[in-house]
Amino acid sequence: MEPIIRVEDLVKRHTRRGLWSRVADFTAVNSISFSILPGTTLALVGESGSGKSSLALCLAGLERVASGRIWFEGRDLAALGEKELREVRPRIQLVFQDPANSLNPRWTVEEIVAEPLLVQNRVSRREGDARAAQALERVGLAAEYLDRRARDLSGGQRQRVAIARALILEPKLLILDEVLSALDCSIQAQIANLLVEMQRAYGLAYLFITHDLRMAAHLADEIAVMSEGKIVEQGAAKILQGLRRSEMRSLVGASPLKPETLGEVSQR
Amino acid sequence: MRQILEVRDLRVAYGQRDGGVWHALNTVSFAVAAGEILAVLGESGSGKSTLAASLLRLLPGNGRITRGEILLKGADVVRMSAVQLRQVRGSGVAIVFQEPSLALHPTIRIGMQICEVLRAHGGLNKRERSVRARDILAKVFLNDAERIFSSYPHELSGGQQQRALIAQAIACKPALIVADEPTASLDSSTQREILTLFLSLRDELGIAFVFITHNPALLSGFADRVLVLYAGKVAEVGPTHAVLSSPQHPYTQALLRCLPQVDGGGAVRRNALLPVIGGAAPSLAVLSRGCVFEPRCEDRMEICQIRDPAAAMLANRHEVACLKFPA
Amino acid sequence: MTRFLLRRIAHAVFLLFGVSVLAFFFTTFAPGNYFDDMRLNPQISAERLTALRADYQLDRPMVVRYLRWARSVLHGDLGLSFAYNTAVGPLLWTRARNTLLLTGTATVLTWMLALPLGVWSAEKLGRPADVALSWATAVLLIIPDLTLALGLLVLAVRSGWLPTGGLVSVGFGGFSAAHRVRDVAWHMVLPVTVLVASALPVLLRHVRAAVAEALEAPFLRAAEGHGISRGRLLYRYVLPAAAHPLIALFGFSLGTLLSASLLVEVVMSWPGLGPFLLEAILARDLYVVIGGVLLSTLFLVAGNFVADLLLFWVDPRIRAEASRR
Repeated sequence: MEPIIRVEDLVKRHTRRGLWSRVADFTAVNSISFSILPGTTLALVGESGSGKSSLALCLAGLERVASGRIWFEGRDLAALGEKELREVRPRIQLVFQDPANSLNPRWTVEEIVAEPLLVQNRVSRREGDARAAQALERVGLAAEYLDRRARDLSGGQRQRVAIARALILEPKLLILDEVLSALDCSIQAQIANLLVEMQRAYGLAYLFITHDLRMAAHLADEIAVMSEGKIVEQGAAKILQGLRRSEMRSLVGASPLKPETLGEVSQR
Repeated sequence: MRQILEVRDLRVAYGQRDGGVWHALNTVSFAVAAGEILAVLGESGSGKSTLAASLLRLLPGNGRITRGEILLKGADVVRMSAVQLRQVRGSGVAIVFQEPSLALHPTIRIGMQICEVLRAHGGLNKRERSVRARDILAKVFLNDAERIFSSYPHELSGGQQQRALIAQAIACKPALIVADEPTASLDSSTQREILTLFLSLRDELGIAFVFITHNPALLSGFADRVLVLYAGKVAEVGPTHAVLSSPQHPYTQALLRCLPQVDGGGAVRRNALLPVIGGAAPSLAVLSRGCVFEPRCEDRMEICQIRDPAAAMLANRHEVACLKFPA
Repeated sequence: MTRFLLRRIAHAVFLLFGVSVLAFFFTTFAPGNYFDDMRLNPQISAERLTALRADYQLDRPMVVRYLRWARSVLHGDLGLSFAYNTAVGPLLWTRARNTLLLTGTATVLTWMLALPLGVWSAEKLGRPADVALSWATAVLLIIPDLTLALGLLVLAVRSGWLPTGGLVSVGFGGFSAAHRVRDVAWHMVLPVTVLVASALPVLLRHVRAAVAEALEAPFLRAAEGHGISRGRLLYRYVLPAAAHPLIALFGFSLGTLLSASLLVEVVMSWPGLGPFLLEAILARDLYVVIGGVLLSTLFLVAGNFVADLLLFWVDPRIRAEASRR
């Protein structure tokens, strides 16, 4: 099967001035390659500063790439013209970590979810609202939420809205940047279940970015471990068992004294 | 073992603008021994941040401690005068907030902020304060202390800011530190460093901790005891190993089941749906008559709607508030 | 940091230059010139007028006149006043000094009142005392300066307590030094009152808002948790945090030192820059007008510059930002 997305030798640099006015070039993503098959999940695990979020922004087209190629559905994104890009972009969607910041708190849920359709100029306002209602239903929010303002929702509800907004353009690839990290445990479980259901129902591919190794192992078919801009390990989920102790230790958000297994909390 | 902190029947309520009342904490009782690390595990709405704030009477304007006692080394914080309270804060018990970037003053150097805390609790002159501040920073930042002393908060990383807050907290050698989700905004290796720091502070200085979090994965190997808070009430409290590996309260059981499970071989059951807790957290506008977890409980019985469970002592200082266990 | 400052100074110079060009342009192209009034005088012949105009070089093209003027300004000479037949510089300066006496005093008083009142009402936010103060400031805000000035003048006339205008009383020359000071002070009461009454409400509200916001900040709660006393918190934590908008306002206060009191000076016959410039504009006394405008602009620019410097000094984040660019 053809991968839905293939990344080859991607490099992303940040130009930054130090405190003493010297220009420093910071390489956030240092020649990364990977691919994701349709309908599967690749988890990208790493510490903050490892470059995961920069990579997400590059794939979503929100940042410029210094060098390297991105093939989506077999097409080289760099070779596409403006019009073709506009067609392709909606098929890659991004969901952020902090729903408080990525949703306009004063807008209603309906406005938020329908916005991508209206921006893409594809539908009338009425149809946009109807599609928004459908999208909400898919993520498990009742129609009564359409008129609520984002600031009145809980963290889990906001994250559902963010996912509904991402799904409304019917993407093939969803980039999930730490979408569960800000949520309570039981809500994380709910949203994780939602993601699994969505994947099964719509054949979505996920790039699941996280520093939570346990959740990564739970959701992913493949795992890539990222450190300082490079991928240091990549393979099926069970590679986590073979990871060196020190890496495991730094990745598992667990206690300092017993990092051996992922399951310190419960041995059931 | 001497109890550093004893909370008895604490009730805290917030007055709403429409005249209603939000019962954030409803008869919470627990104790912390000297040098002990008690983790308070709760989700949003459980009242954990309210608990942290009430221990130092730092509730926002509309919050009120309506009943109960908070005994810090025998002295009741609830009934203290303003002067006594100010003395206790920082030197008897100190608090470390989440969001370290917001809890530090943006235009005062770190060293000076520590000196301010020292100044508030008298005794040293300016030069002595400066020396002591440097000592404290050295304890918390192993190298680099000098640079941190003259830095501003925005020049530090999240983990460093949190350490600076911790340095402020230990400045006057409190017997107890309340840490409200101190690692929530940090990545996992920094989290680990902060937890290690807490442990070393406990070992070296004998400081007890009330560590508030929503993440059960942090607790094993770190906390001595765990208190599970749900909707303003204590569901279960006991030694960490007991609560985490054989939880007795239905809420604790359901909460821990929400985490992706690991089998003996270290692999995780992939892509299965995680069991979630049905329903939603209750509204605290009305004090319920029966058990507050009853609507979502899988083991609920008829009596649970009528009677509010009292704490039942199981073996080994493990208490649970559930009608399955008679008090 | 120096790069930042140099950039600001360059801005300022550029601004002054632009203002001078515009001022020159407008006064030149405004209908009429100084000598038009004289045409009404039958004793002065038309040839005499033409000669006068040539003398003062009013018949040359504007650009030439501007360049000459600019060159002389750079040598410190602001030109000649047609009406007074003396150098513009000293004329302006005498008047400006009077204005500064007024506005300087008013500004100091306004800030001395606004700061403590603002802090106090921010602490008592929403409570009856604060609400009452808000109403009082709203009322003051609504009353136009002119009404207030005239009203006070009427009061002065009726009661005879206060002088009704001017800087000094008759016979000032013969007063002793102490008497002179008292005399001027007595004359200042009314105009300063009007100035303070018009500036105070605005400043008070800003102080209140800035302090109220600082009082809500998480770092304040954290500091309170460390047992720091209320007073120390206010002085060391709240005020510095509230300083930002206040520094900007302070710069504005400085900047408008010359221009804020025009109306009051005219109504109360205070011999300041305001009435003088007004008179010059009406008479088309070209170089006086331009000189006055330039002086005002200079103060405005300096005020902003001082605000920038203060902000730079007070807030380390701005220093970091500035050095990054």
